[in-house]
Amino acid sequence: MERSSPAVPEPEVYRFQEALPPLTAHEATVEANRCLYCYDAPCLQACPTHIDIPSFIRKISTGNLRGSGRVILEANFLGATCARVCPVQELCEGACVLGKDHQPIQIGRLQRYATDHIFERGVQVFTPSPPTGRSVAVVGSGPAGISASAELAKLGHRVTLFERRDLGGGLSTYGIIGLREPVEVSLREVEAVQNLGVEVRTGVELTDREGLNVLLSQYDAVFLGLGLGAVPALGVPGEEAVLDGLEIIEASKVEPWRLKVGPLALGERIVVIGAGNTAIDAATVGRRHGAEAEMVYRRTENEMTAYRHEYEFALHEGVRFTFLTQPVGVEVEGGKVTGLRCVRMSLGVADASGRPRPEPVPGSEFVIPCDTVIAAIGQEKPALAAQLGLALENGYIRVDDGLQTSEPRVYAGGDCIRVRGSASTVMAVQDGKLAAASIHAALSASPVAAD
Amino acid sequence: MADLSVNFAGIRAPNPFWLASAPPTNSGAQIHRAFEHGWGGAVWKTIGAPVLNISNRYGGLTLGGQRLVAINNVELISDRPLEVNLREIAEVKRMWPDRAVIVSAMVDADPKAWREIVMQIEDTGADGIELNYGCPQGMSERGMGAAVGQVPEMCQLNTHWVTSVTRLPVIVKLTPNVTHIIDPAHAALAGGAHALSLINTINSVMKVDLDTLLVTPSIGGQATHGGYAGPAVKPIALHMLSELMCDPTVRKSGVPICGMGGIQTWRDAAEFLLLGASALQVCTAAMHYGYRIVEDFVDGLSNWMDDKGFATLADVTGRSLPQMSSFGGLDLGYQAVARIDPDKCIQCDLCYVACNDTAHQCIDLYSPEGVKVNPGFNVRDGGKQVAQGRATPVVREPDCVGCALCANVCPVDGCIEMVSVPSGRPSVTWDQLTATRPAVTQEWGAMEAYREEAGIEIH
Repeated sequence: MERSSPAVPEPEVYRFQEALPPLTAHEATVEANRCLYCYDAPCLQACPTHIDIPSFIRKISTGNLRGSGRVILEANFLGATCARVCPVQELCEGACVLGKDHQPIQIGRLQRYATDHIFERGVQVFTPSPPTGRSVAVVGSGPAGISASAELAKLGHRVTLFERRDLGGGLSTYGIIGLREPVEVSLREVEAVQNLGVEVRTGVELTDREGLNVLLSQYDAVFLGLGLGAVPALGVPGEEAVLDGLEIIEASKVEPWRLKVGPLALGERIVVIGAGNTAIDAATVGRRHGAEAEMVYRRTENEMTAYRHEYEFALHEGVRFTFLTQPVGVEVEGGKVTGLRCVRMSLGVADASGRPRPEPVPGSEFVIPCDTVIAAIGQEKPALAAQLGLALENGYIRVDDGLQTSEPRVYAGGDCIRVRGSASTVMAVQDGKLAAASIHAALSASPVAAD
Repeated sequence: MADLSVNFAGIRAPNPFWLASAPPTNSGAQIHRAFEHGWGGAVWKTIGAPVLNISNRYGGLTLGGQRLVAINNVELISDRPLEVNLREIAEVKRMWPDRAVIVSAMVDADPKAWREIVMQIEDTGADGIELNYGCPQGMSERGMGAAVGQVPEMCQLNTHWVTSVTRLPVIVKLTPNVTHIIDPAHAALAGGAHALSLINTINSVMKVDLDTLLVTPSIGGQATHGGYAGPAVKPIALHMLSELMCDPTVRKSGVPICGMGGIQTWRDAAEFLLLGASALQVCTAAMHYGYRIVEDFVDGLSNWMDDKGFATLADVTGRSLPQMSSFGGLDLGYQAVARIDPDKCIQCDLCYVACNDTAHQCIDLYSPEGVKVNPGFNVRDGGKQVAQGRATPVVREPDCVGCALCANVCPVDGCIEMVSVPSGRPSVTWDQLTATRPAVTQEWGAMEAYREEAGIEIH
């Protein structure tokens, strides 16, 4: 089943306004004027997409907001999403020279200010180049796919973007809570690639090698931005009653009513298993639905993978944390969850990840009473990767420096190639750019076949 | 605590902070309130010929988000009836005998007109008269204000008309809208002035509104030049003040100078004092923040004087003047170089780009491993750790001409110092060189021979 352009859901669904308000014009001007306009700036170097941050901030300070937005979007087509979801403390703001002895510039919020200006006014920043006669299929409309599509369309290639879900945007649309990024922001980015002439076909799924062969027969190149797989199984009794953290987040964005009735309905006491950013997001959704939320993690706060600012955000939202605790079973009575059976842990010697290995404390079993258990313990490697007949590396799609897979005309980027972890939207965007550059170079080097 | 009291040409005040003749001194009620806040004196907004003011009157300059870095105005002298002003001046002086109440005046270039207003001012009991030969807008078109100040003969004549009929100290307020401030100053002295004050406002067109394309301030769609004042004009005022204070005729006359032009804090005030002012006038800062600012003026100046061991204003006045010279009097043998403190450097590289693009290309970047590197980045790198491996700018001292651009652009206090180093060059001034070896200053060939002889290398 194919659908045309994605439909914007009812506005009433948004009970999650962005946690940070937009900067006012005065705030933005004052903040922009605080920027030193460093030369060879470390913020620019720290940004995986290398947005010319000093330039875009300078343009805010001079009142050239259209120019500012353009500087951002030229380097990062998903500048509006990245302004909201980037771990700026680890990237641009973490490298800001003003952070050395006082407050770094609020680069993320300034970026949001400039890109909002572009989108709110419907400014068309880019025009596609004259058609090259070449075509590219992009599979997956998450950040990597959108980024690759945009760069290729700007170069004049005919791009078709395939998305298996109803709405485009992938992780930005379905996987980031509205407190951080409202769904309109990612949908506007989908719309922006459509404005560049990219055909977005939703409800179409690539499932096997045969499908890839079809794409290769119809297009000059294929870019795979497949993302990751499902949440892995916990392997504990009663697991079938556990909700998937990603599904909860997804429902909170596009169909919040599903958190009220049916299989995803949230109760009044929620326990979230895991301590990554997704787990925090799921717990936050629970809190905003009025439930008590507790997170259980088998190690301590020193080992948790969530960013420090996300952890603090969760504490601020009233999420409770129970560390050194491992779930061993879900208590279910009459089809309803009544508690999570756990065992206390202690930290042992370091394991392969370099983190202390948690070990159960004998005889320490206890039950956390609750009516909802949500698991957010990471995502599995992309299952599809194995079925496409491409060379893999540790379960992810193997690519070279130009993001080409083991197949000459097939490229990949985003989480599905992230062998060494530390996935992020902004790195997926950069993958899309690098892959588009490789694809363009390859297409430019070979003559256009006569019809 | 330092003694801030002033005796300026016989005008006494508890402190040197006087409101300048301007909107802040428009009425008795205002000056009464200002004195309650602690101002040491006030120069009443200029009285004189009948005028009508228009709407609107001010244009503001914003720089980097900072409002009123400068203001310009098309306001004329007081448009309140003369009798009202005179009555209120008398009332204020009666209520505040210890404060300086000076009356600014401006009338047609006619001895009878001047005599009449001077008599009226004397009757109020005011402490002094300031002759407004400055306003560049509105009044100058009628032959008053800057029209007098810009013509030394007129300046002398008008001053003489006043000084010959009054027993009050007469301050002549000079316009900066001249090419040579000394000429009107000499004229004022020749006319018998007891004191000088400067600067009045500078001719200016403030800005054009990019939305409406109207010149600001727009008076019903029309605009005119206005008088420029505020923090942005301070360096011009300091220059003119020091020029006067270094002039032999002015020095010999012994007349005190009241400094004004961009005094926004006590620090600005101290600079005016150090370059020779004996009293100060303030306007724009009061218009921006109200009369309350005087509290920190007095407190800050007093604390600074205590710290420096200055007991009275006389200890401060003119203290930095001996440094003032002409270009021809500067030592050509002196050499300073920039030195960057690597511990303070935050690696913004503004010094690097400034030197490399627009100065003398003598700053290099060195990686933490001590390797000279070029600017740039790897497209596959990212993350805040890049800041750890960031290069540090280092001055190549033998090539540094000591221009000090880097020190001026550096955002970190005390990070780049201009350090005096032995130059190996003879200590000689341009004036001495011109006198002893005129050929050097006339022919490039002789100049190059001299440079070689003196060991002067040009990068």
